[in-house]
Amino acid sequence: MAERKFRVWRSDAENKDAGSFVDYTIDVDSGMVVLDAIHRIQAHQANDLAVRWNCKAGKCGSCSMEINGRPKLACMNRLNEYDPAETITVQPLKSFPIIKDLVTDVSWNFEQNQKIAPFKPKLPEADGQYRMKQADTDRVQEFRKCIECYLCQNVCHVLRDHQQKDNFVGPRFMIRLASLEMHPLDRADRIPQIRKEFGSGMCNITKCCTEVCPEHINITDNGIIPLKERVVDRYYDPVMWMWNKITGGDKQG
Amino acid sequence: MAQAHEAGGHAQAFRSHNRTDNWWIGPLLTFLGLSAFGVYATWAAFQGAHYFHGSYLSPFYSPVIFVEETAAGSPPLHHAWLGAWPGWWPGFLPHSPAFFILVFPGFFRFTCYYYRKAYYRSVPPHTPPGCAVTSMPQKKYMGESRLLLFQNLHRYALYFALIFIVILSYDAFKSFFRDGQLGVGVGSIVLLINATLLAGYTLGCHSFRHLIGGRLNCFSCSSGHELRHKLWSKATILNRKHMLWAWVSLFWVGFADLYIRMVSMGILKDFNTWTN
Ligand code: SF4
Ligand code: SF4
Ligand code: FES
Ligand code: FES
Repeated sequence: MAERKFRVWRSDAENKDAGSFVDYTIDVDSGMVVLDAIHRIQAHQANDLAVRWNCKAGKCGSCSMEINGRPKLACMNRLNEYDPAETITVQPLKSFPIIKDLVTDVSWNFEQNQKIAPFKPKLPEADGQYRMKQADTDRVQEFRKCIECYLCQNVCHVLRDHQQKDNFVGPRFMIRLASLEMHPLDRADRIPQIRKEFGSGMCNITKCCTEVCPEHINITDNGIIPLKERVVDRYYDPVMWMWNKITGGDKQG
Repeated sequence: MAQAHEAGGHAQAFRSHNRTDNWWIGPLLTFLGLSAFGVYATWAAFQGAHYFHGSYLSPFYSPVIFVEETAAGSPPLHHAWLGAWPGWWPGFLPHSPAFFILVFPGFFRFTCYYYRKAYYRSVPPHTPPGCAVTSMPQKKYMGESRLLLFQNLHRYALYFALIFIVILSYDAFKSFFRDGQLGVGVGSIVLLINATLLAGYTLGCHSFRHLIGGRLNCFSCSSGHELRHKLWSKATILNRKHMLWAWVSLFWVGFADLYIRMVSMGILKDFNTWTN
């Protein structure tokens, strides 16, 4: 048992956008994660402290918050990563409206998801089967690891600082789009939307999304940049444009 | 104990944050590194002299389009693709063959996806200065969709960069022959490493990785696509360390110029198997 200091954001009951940091000192055990500490504060000192969590295994994506100013999963962030004398600051995500204390309303993300044209498979082979090789699905599988924690959406400065939620779907949905666009069996064309309404040009590839992703998905290098290159193929490269006109393009289904 | 804050305790002012780590070191080093290279490269380009010695040609000056033979440490006339320095050259600019060269790698690096990240973060308006560190407020942030739209021309710069790998590899190869005699010197090793590092940087380029295979959706659909998948996988290996290649190759190309310059000026002695 050792004592540790925490500084936790508490929102006002009447006005969710107002609030203050409240200091708590609790006894902690070795091996505890930040979420455990929050639960201990909740159990012993602040019964009404709101926190969202579910799996405690880094797989449900519910416990996203900002710990010492860095977007993290509270259930995967061990206390021994911090100096014992340090006060640990815990805040809700910045980019989404606060519901209470550490809980934010991330429903904007679900709305973005609905804008994306779903998987549209090409016709099956003569025997009625679909076949893909592993090499064709590797890229897509990386993106499928996403747990929708929205840490990337939260840290992306386009959404976080520049309030461009109307013009950019954010990194999580760029990789969903990449997983569909790179799918060998998919036939839908989302490139015009990716450029315009989904806003591939709004991302300036500064990679904060990649830095915070708990699933270590290479969001920028493997998802967003390849999409930007596909947009270049279509809109900014006359040589490629001519080539596609002549050959019918090598973007086969 | 408790005091009022903006929503969630997140301040909105430029550079505000709650991080306790030294997030600013990376951007600072980036800024210093890029500035140092920029200053040196500009200075070296304006010299117009001491870029050639024996069989060594500085990568800043290769290929030599025109040559000013009167300049110290410049190659003989037959080295220049188009011969002697032209009369139309404006008088206020030094007769430096580097001016014809540096725009190409300059534009390549400027539009490189890695360097874009590096300077967007480390140079004003800092979009963003660091992750979860507040960006400078902008009236209407447009990212790379308006003013910076030209970044989409990166692949054209890549085409030139690929030609430069061939040229610089040839320079490295030629540096092992002096007056028809095969040999080796520190300078030839320096140039060989230079060509290798630049190739590692260029072949890990995101645009290259896309064009060579990334743009395909089905890697297994024909033998041609399978081959491109193999090439794409190789480019991916280099691409994962693109930032490292970017810095090491940048440093080395500057060092190669400096080395040849020092040898040509007589400040350094080049150890080699020849007699000079
Ligand atoms: S790389 Fe693009 S999507 Fe990711 S955080 Fe940066 S601006 Fe946002
Ligand atoms: S991409 Fe990574 S950071 Fe973004 S929502 Fe998915 S798991 Fe979270
Ligand atoms: S509680 Fe499920 S990811 Fe943290
Ligand atoms: S992305 Fe860096 S050289 Fe093309």
